[in-house]
Amino acid sequence: MNLKINNEYVLALVAVVLGLLAGGILMLVAKNNPIEGFIYLFRGGLMSLERIGNTLATATPLIFTGLSVAFAFRTGLFNIGAAGQMLIGGLCAIAIGLTFAWPKPLLLTVMLVAAMIGGGLWASLSGWLKAKFNVHEVVSTIMMNWIAYWTVYYVVPRYFKGDFMETESRRIPYEASLKVPWLTDLFNGSYINLGIFLAIIFVIIIAFILNRTTLGYELKAVGFNRHAAETAGINVNRSVILAMTIAGALAGLGGATFYVGYASNMQIGVLPSHGFDGIAVALLGANSPGGVLGAAVFFGLLHTGKGFMNAMTNIPPEIADTIIATIIYFSATSILIQRYWEKLKKKLGGAK
Amino acid sequence: MEYVVEMQKIRKEFPGVIACDDITLQLKKGEIHALLGENGAGKSTLMSVLFGLYQPDSGVILLRGKKVHIANPNIANDLGIGMVHQHFKLVHNFTVTENIILGFETTKGLVVDVRSAANRIQQLSEQYKLNVNPHAKISEISVGMQQRVEIIKMLYRNADILIFDEPTAVLTPQEVKELMKIMKDLIAEGKSIILITHKLKEIKAIADRCTVIRRGKLIDTVSVAATSQERLAEMMVGRKVSFKTEKEKRAPGETILSLEKLSVRNHQGVLGLKNFSLEVRRGEIVGIAGVDGNGQEELVETLIGLKKAETGAIFFKDLNITNLSIRDRIKEGMAHIPEDRHKHGLILDYTIEENLILLIYYQEPFSKNGLLDWDRIHQHAEKVVGEFDVRAGQGIAASARSLSGGNQQKAIVGREIDRDPDLLIAVQPTRGLDVGAIEYIHKRLVEQRNKGKAVLLVSLELDEILDISDRIACINNGELIGIVNADETNENEIGLMMAGVKRGVTLEPKD
Amino acid sequence: MLSIILVIFPYAIAYTIPLLITALGGLHSERSGVVNIGLEGLMVIGMFTGALVISQLEMSFPGTAIWIGLLAAFIAGAVFSLLHAFACITLNANQVISGIAINMIAGALTTYLARNITGSGNIQIVHGLGRQNIPVLSDIPILGKLFFTMSYPTTWVVVGILIISWFILYRRPFGLRLRACGEHPHAADSAGINVYLMRYIAVMISGAFAGLGGAIVIVTYSGEFNGTAAGLGFLALAALIFGQWKPLGILGATLFFGFASTVANVSQVIPALAVIPGIILKTFPYIFTLIALVIFSKSTQAPRALGEPYDKGKR
Repeated sequence: MNLKINNEYVLALVAVVLGLLAGGILMLVAKNNPIEGFIYLFRGGLMSLERIGNTLATATPLIFTGLSVAFAFRTGLFNIGAAGQMLIGGLCAIAIGLTFAWPKPLLLTVMLVAAMIGGGLWASLSGWLKAKFNVHEVVSTIMMNWIAYWTVYYVVPRYFKGDFMETESRRIPYEASLKVPWLTDLFNGSYINLGIFLAIIFVIIIAFILNRTTLGYELKAVGFNRHAAETAGINVNRSVILAMTIAGALAGLGGATFYVGYASNMQIGVLPSHGFDGIAVALLGANSPGGVLGAAVFFGLLHTGKGFMNAMTNIPPEIADTIIATIIYFSATSILIQRYWEKLKKKLGGAK
Repeated sequence: MEYVVEMQKIRKEFPGVIACDDITLQLKKGEIHALLGENGAGKSTLMSVLFGLYQPDSGVILLRGKKVHIANPNIANDLGIGMVHQHFKLVHNFTVTENIILGFETTKGLVVDVRSAANRIQQLSEQYKLNVNPHAKISEISVGMQQRVEIIKMLYRNADILIFDEPTAVLTPQEVKELMKIMKDLIAEGKSIILITHKLKEIKAIADRCTVIRRGKLIDTVSVAATSQERLAEMMVGRKVSFKTEKEKRAPGETILSLEKLSVRNHQGVLGLKNFSLEVRRGEIVGIAGVDGNGQEELVETLIGLKKAETGAIFFKDLNITNLSIRDRIKEGMAHIPEDRHKHGLILDYTIEENLILLIYYQEPFSKNGLLDWDRIHQHAEKVVGEFDVRAGQGIAASARSLSGGNQQKAIVGREIDRDPDLLIAVQPTRGLDVGAIEYIHKRLVEQRNKGKAVLLVSLELDEILDISDRIACINNGELIGIVNADETNENEIGLMMAGVKRGVTLEPKD
Repeated sequence: MLSIILVIFPYAIAYTIPLLITALGGLHSERSGVVNIGLEGLMVIGMFTGALVISQLEMSFPGTAIWIGLLAAFIAGAVFSLLHAFACITLNANQVISGIAINMIAGALTTYLARNITGSGNIQIVHGLGRQNIPVLSDIPILGKLFFTMSYPTTWVVVGILIISWFILYRRPFGLRLRACGEHPHAADSAGINVYLMRYIAVMISGAFAGLGGAIVIVTYSGEFNGTAAGLGFLALAALIFGQWKPLGILGATLFFGFASTVANVSQVIPALAVIPGIILKTFPYIFTLIALVIFSKSTQAPRALGEPYDKGKR
């Protein structure tokens, strides 16, 4: 068991190195010095308290979507609908934040609960379709992503139209924001907000559920082998729906931390990249909550540093996204690349 | 030099095992040559080498006296070698013709020439009395018919060396007889056949010579007519085997399970089990004999609660459990050794200890208030693993996947019996196991019976049923054909009943 | 009503064609057994390549530049899809994850390159493809007006590809073999078919078609590359499922989706269409696909081996 986990982290590290290497090559292609580029990229995410705060703030929604995808993976489900669940969670939070004028602690609590319920219910539909009709969750969550996209596209301008722009909602008031002055001041005015604490709490909760509870045992059993679990008396349909709902609730919370934490309003016509980035986070974190935390902070760093790098060099900021995308590709293939490599070694050895 | 195939000293190693250790096999023209061995003895590997699926590490293959190198199945085809695989290689939504010409298509103008191919198939079908409709879809024809499509596929490609891999496993006794006739016709037309099997009776019935292998090693090639069945068995297993389990006579006790006119729909939505009534009592083993696909699956799934009964009722310890959930039935004292241990029995990615609490994880002392107590779970696993002799390299923390088939099955048996159930439903409990593990499982089943528990044994192996059951219920086409006492019947009678022939008098169980 | 239909018909067709060709590409890949949710990314590759080639050449070769651009997109899509093929077929990687990686790499990489080239990340072409009336056929009453008036030449290219695809899939040995690989690869293998090669070819076809689809978007109604296909690739995927993995089913599904989107887009301009809320028109392709999945859940026509890596050793 230990050996396997170590192996997974080594492979994750290899994927990261290969991803960075690909990024370096691309910098070279664009006639830039990669070493300089990487120095600015990492300095951009770490060089001051404010930037560290921004790194954590950028990582926050990624922790949630990464947890969402990882939790689903562990229970045998592939949630590529985190983006849509995030949108719906964010929409619920924004709707409450813009509608009620309650004191901050109460308002935030209700907003967060609404985001969880919204994201959870949105995803539970995919779980239900899977349990009841055997509709593959990959397909249904893709469809649900775009349904969420168009829902936000039409609902936000209709009910929460911004003062100047047709394409975004009004800004939320101070009471409805996860940003708090002491934290903002502590990090010299960064985007950091209460979401990061929430994220860490949920990392612990999810780890606890997966490893210590009968619920986790049950959901993982269904994930590994739904037939054996059913034969052993576990209610498989309930488990699938429940697992999907929890995954959706996590992504919904991620939406809240993004739209009312990192940002202060909601734009339309954007499917948040956090959904797919969350898959990268989960893969890189070997689907363990702790790994997800680390991977999300790393990606947060890349996203935060890219602007600084772009300002200091000629390297376009999309290099960060390219690196992340390449890391996904290499984590999807790394175990097999390794196997392939061993086969190759054997062949060469045998020839001699 | 009358051999059509000579495999000389074929050696094939896989990481950790020598699947074939210098095996030699010689096939005469026009003979049916049996290849006999236990599961995992290396039969399939040897034939895969001949069919070009594997390359041997050493050894040579001579075909009609000439040395050949069979790099892939295409070359095997070109050399006239055909194979009917145990799992048919047919595309379910293609027609018979499309399946047969696949990879071998001729075109007329720009399009695939289906018509002349269908004509040729029709002609082959008539020549060998196979009765295959070239235009039928695979999903719409019976398993026996699908096997004939595989046979025509070989003939269509002009194969004259035919390999049959466990061809009777999926057939009814009637179909087995027809297949044997077809095989004899093929020989009469000048083909040569290698028959892979572990069934001694079939070898006696049809084969001319037999090559026996055990654990990758060649034991001997013998003339079937000159060798007794007992001797073949001994060669296969490596020691004297009686295939008889020691069992004292016992009087059964009260009825524990009673099925009343149970009808169940199968996956296609038609009745797979019809008006099925049966009683199982304490202290007896009731065997369900039947050919695969005659309602056993529906019976078991309904019994354990995976499927709903259409009509009828199930009583367990006088409780009507027809609508009880799977978990409630388990709680009431039902246990189940499933047919497919990888699919239904174990969670292969869970450790042994996690698998051993699969039915009871939610109960104290293994968990409290939804929290697992790992100390108790370890203790429990150590106890069961010790009692049931489950051998794993890394102990209870090893994943179930890493165990051998025999040890996986022992873990399941341990998990089920350790709960001290009143009824044990064992479905094909020895499938794919070696003789040692088979004997162990049989002993445990009889032990349950001797302790005054009830056992329902569902098996496709008639020998197994006859060996350890007290009473035998025969099922055909979803219907109960009859129930007989095991010590008052024989193979012929059961075989007839499995084919649906009712016995004059149905014996009532003697008290 | 007829006049409205006549007005929106060319737009709907223009919107349908890239969906159709991309979904046809997905059809080849999935019929061979390889899930391709990277269609979106492959379209982006086609958009980028098409826009780049055309913008570079249109000054020197007006007219032919567009066709060179389309061809380049076709080739670029095929080449880029090799990444997916390699991961899924050679390395047995998870096909969904690989597809997601394709989408992400395509979007990020092309924008990165576009920024290096133009500075803004967008690439514009000056002249798109012209619309033409088809002689004689356009004079047929109503039908002529609907189908043969003011149509893009690419429309007829795609319709031609549709017909050829159908013919090859159902009438040529290649199609029989390709479908066998998606239903029962072991059967195909034992019949002497190289499953790996067939799947490579099929995935490359899907890349080529999706690339072409992306470039058609550029040369017909968009005119600009901006780093995204705005979900068109996913819509094509929905059409593939809604059309139950059949060429004619896909044609019907893409037409259906094309019309819905067009109606939603023009409803602000044509008041008569505003009665149906945009949200319904825009979401209904996805909702209908979900409903179709539920209805077909018992009798799905999805290739049986779809998504399963082929492992020769396992039998």
